[in-house]
Amino acid sequence: MAASATSWATRRGIGWWALAFWIFMLVLPLMGSAFPSESFDYYMFMGQSMMVYAIAVLGLNLLTGFNGQISLGHGAFFALGAYTAAILMIDFGWPYWATIPVVAIVCFGAGFLFGFPALKLESHYLALATFTLAIAVPQLLKHKSIAGWTGGVSGLVLEKPDPPFGLPISPDQFLFYFCLLMAMILFWAAFNLLRGRSGRAMMAIRDHGMAAGTMGIDTSLYKTITFGISALYTGIAGALSAITVAYVAPDSFALPLSIAFLVGLVVGGIGSLPGCLIGGAFLVLVQNWSQSLSDVLKETFSLQYDVPSWAIYGVLLLLLMYVMPTGIAGGVLRLRGAIAGRLRRVETVRSKPLVLQSEGEKH
Amino acid sequence: MNKTSNLLTRRKTLLAAAGMALAAPSIVTSARAENKYGPGVSDTEIKIGNTNPYSGNASAYGANGRAASAYFRMINEQGGINGRKINYISLDDGYSPPKTVELTRQLVERDGVLLLHAPLGTACNTAIHHYMNQKKVPQLFVATGASKWGDPAHNPWTMGWQPDYHTEGVIYAKHALANVKDPKIAILRQNDDMGVDYLEGFRQGLGSVAEKFIVETATYEVTDPTIDSQMLQLKNTGANVFYNITTPKFAAQAIKKAAEIGWKPAHYLVNVAASLGATLRPAGMENCQGIITAFYTKDPVDPRWASSPDFVTWKAWMEKYNAGGNIADGSNVTGYANAFTMAHVLRACGDNLTRENVMHEAASLKNVEIPMLLPGIKLNTSATNFYPIQAVNMARIEGDHWAMFGELISASQG
Amino acid sequence: MELLLQQIASGLTSGAIYACVALGLVMIYVSTDHINFAQGEMAMFSTYIAWALIQAGVSYWVAFGATMVIAFAGGLLIQRFILKPLEHAPVLALVVCFIALLSIFNSMAGVIWSFTVKQFPSPFPKGDLTGAGLVSYHQIGVVGVTVVMLGLLTCFFRFTTLGLAMRAAAQNASSARLMGVRVSWMLALGWGMAAAIGAVAGMLVAPIVFLDPNMMTGILTYGFAAALVGGIGNPGGAVIGGFVVGVLENLVGTYIIGNELKLSFALVIIVGVLLLKPAGLFGRVNVKRV
Repeated sequence: MAASATSWATRRGIGWWALAFWIFMLVLPLMGSAFPSESFDYYMFMGQSMMVYAIAVLGLNLLTGFNGQISLGHGAFFALGAYTAAILMIDFGWPYWATIPVVAIVCFGAGFLFGFPALKLESHYLALATFTLAIAVPQLLKHKSIAGWTGGVSGLVLEKPDPPFGLPISPDQFLFYFCLLMAMILFWAAFNLLRGRSGRAMMAIRDHGMAAGTMGIDTSLYKTITFGISALYTGIAGALSAITVAYVAPDSFALPLSIAFLVGLVVGGIGSLPGCLIGGAFLVLVQNWSQSLSDVLKETFSLQYDVPSWAIYGVLLLLLMYVMPTGIAGGVLRLRGAIAGRLRRVETVRSKPLVLQSEGEKH
Repeated sequence: MNKTSNLLTRRKTLLAAAGMALAAPSIVTSARAENKYGPGVSDTEIKIGNTNPYSGNASAYGANGRAASAYFRMINEQGGINGRKINYISLDDGYSPPKTVELTRQLVERDGVLLLHAPLGTACNTAIHHYMNQKKVPQLFVATGASKWGDPAHNPWTMGWQPDYHTEGVIYAKHALANVKDPKIAILRQNDDMGVDYLEGFRQGLGSVAEKFIVETATYEVTDPTIDSQMLQLKNTGANVFYNITTPKFAAQAIKKAAEIGWKPAHYLVNVAASLGATLRPAGMENCQGIITAFYTKDPVDPRWASSPDFVTWKAWMEKYNAGGNIADGSNVTGYANAFTMAHVLRACGDNLTRENVMHEAASLKNVEIPMLLPGIKLNTSATNFYPIQAVNMARIEGDHWAMFGELISASQG
Repeated sequence: MELLLQQIASGLTSGAIYACVALGLVMIYVSTDHINFAQGEMAMFSTYIAWALIQAGVSYWVAFGATMVIAFAGGLLIQRFILKPLEHAPVLALVVCFIALLSIFNSMAGVIWSFTVKQFPSPFPKGDLTGAGLVSYHQIGVVGVTVVMLGLLTCFFRFTTLGLAMRAAAQNASSARLMGVRVSWMLALGWGMAAAIGAVAGMLVAPIVFLDPNMMTGILTYGFAAALVGGIGNPGGAVIGGFVVGVLENLVGTYIIGNELKLSFALVIIVGVLLLKPAGLFGRVNVKRV
């Protein structure tokens, strides 16, 4: 059995571990039914948040990690997705699941259009342009001309969906499955995209745009479409966030959100699909860790003042970057390589504007 | 194949999470026959949750949460409430509503708190409003002045505390109408819920003449470096009334700028920014003369309270338990008085510490006096009245302090 | 018409603030080829040090000088001890480090000095030039100091060997090293100078916007835009960029779109300009060799 599953998986280029991971995720919510507990729903909610962030980071990774375009403003697409879903649900009475395709189209369109000015801007200038998006979107959402749709400064309160068909699971278990389904579809699609011709073209543009152009790759087209797909991913993550949190407000999508995606991307591993999952989990867990660490420090040394958890967060980030400058995914890879005694070529190229080893295509 | 091994990390995390879930303590519902306990309560402890912005743009408000923590630390050192120590878990939501939801669920479902005390911020409370009422967990004495918190018919598990912004706005409008001839009103407003609530109350107070009298409304974002441009716009309208709906930092900038450009309208400053220490002294007292606000707490640096017994107690508490806090910051007063109210309710619950009974006691306050509120202000609630503090007193800056004038104005919502 | 003049004057003075911050960004960019997102928080922290010195009874100018020295040393140490180990790390890893520094400085300032706003003294006389509150002496002072700093920096880069060595180290580290430039120390020096410039910016900004741990977060956005619109490698461009951003923001807010969207709209205009002039108004286009 196991052998045939492995060969099935390898034939499709999926690792045994990936398969095991997704199966584990599928089984996980059932544990709540087997061993009921008040806090299980909370862990389900955390799981939902991790997947939401993982998808958002994946969107950013497609753009930055695999195509070499930087964005400090992906929170804007996240907000666009969240509000599109919320407005469809509230003003048009759509069911939550039906909003996803519309969100995908709207966000792809927005990203694709933004991809055109992005073509002309490089590195720092593109950073500023995307930064502009991150600043403009929360302000636009509050603007009086569209406050009738967006709820203005107070945002929109949504109804949390119940499990369909009278399934004997809690709403949070159900939403976990819903997020998981979306995550599986989106990761699967990204995996296939990157493995194929388009993926190679995307990465060729990242590694050497001019050379890629000479090889006959339509770099402009690829770059704008990548921007669209990236926005689509992050937008769907936003819609899922609106559905699971059941509330959208301009304060939810301020600049720190875009920065968080970037941190998740770098910590997880630029240009790595599993890295997105790690980054998503990191974004949810790190603040709890910092908080606990702060409490521990305060008690251990019986300090008069709190050690601010954000200072601890900062120190954690610094340490992570020292130990694993290519992110946790890169770090684990390097460690594995070292252990296996065949050091892989994971060192970074200094002259390149971004990082980047191309995981997907490495042999 | 190599990349997939990275998934291990995440899998372990989730395994750990699942393990924790299984190991979570089962919730004690009743310990002794005569004692009734809700979640988070035992013979020795009452667990209370809170969220506050300790980071980000709104971090100045974090002083509220720190003050409440410090207050309960004092209560614990004095032996707790009816012999039970307060375990006050206060978490940083950075003023981000999704984070508030996550932390609230952590507090309610994982940590199993009895109730949430004074979560801060309108948007953050809105995000958990529905959840708390669905779960039937008390969301008590929220630290925001929006008017929607006192709605027992629809949301019987949520209660406000401070006088609401809307009513405060009405009071300023009435005062301006009565005291300024031919008012031309210019408004500076923070672009958020607080700003909207204050503005709508004000418009309602003006009534039908609102459109005629309000000549200009300028907004700013909390991320704006300065509001100089807005102040120039407002002055240029020739307005003789200035309604200043800002938070302390921007209020200080506005007051200073108004003085610099020689604009001297009748100046109404909202209560959230009326702290002498946090706003007016930094702006320069010479620039503040004549500014009007509505007050319900004692300003900690107002010399006239220096010898009142509750102030002396408060100051001693600040020095002993909240030494890191700024003595001039009004948040340390509201955080303290709010936590005092919570302690009062828990004490009244006796040994019946169920969520239902906590709400019942919170809705049964009769003329309760709270330290550091203005003389004469008493807390009253009932099954239909979820606005504990309903009175304010108008005050004007004279010299180095707020001089009260007029009588206590009831801010009853009716 | 009067309002227009007032808005322009007010825009120029906030522009001077943005220019100051932009200068610090340019300084680090020219010497290390990075954009330092922690620049604003470093400046804020330095300003608190100055505030603490003044509270302790030190006279303004002594505190001013001491703070510059402390900031210089601090910037130098940050480069040597925190960033040097990451010399070969990917750029985005460095960006994450800057974000880490930003949260450390911001939260530490909050714990040490609390989040309540504080008044910060101005070295310039009170009152203003016109008598109508149009241009205060402090605002003129800010513009003056910015221009002087710009002059000094330009001379430093143009006419001193050290300045030349720093530029060389940033632009082509290996060639510079071959020429005998101690590259890694040049980078540290750049950080030190940028931190000192940031400290000056902070001390000039604080009397206008009041001192608090979040003082620079909004300003950094504007400084970033200013530096880019002027051409990130060009100190003079950054200063002019600062003035452009300041005036543009005020005019857009007053006359075109209202205050709610003025920052967004101003940024959109700037991005529009960058589309036409991809290296900024005064930047030089780097010719890439393949």
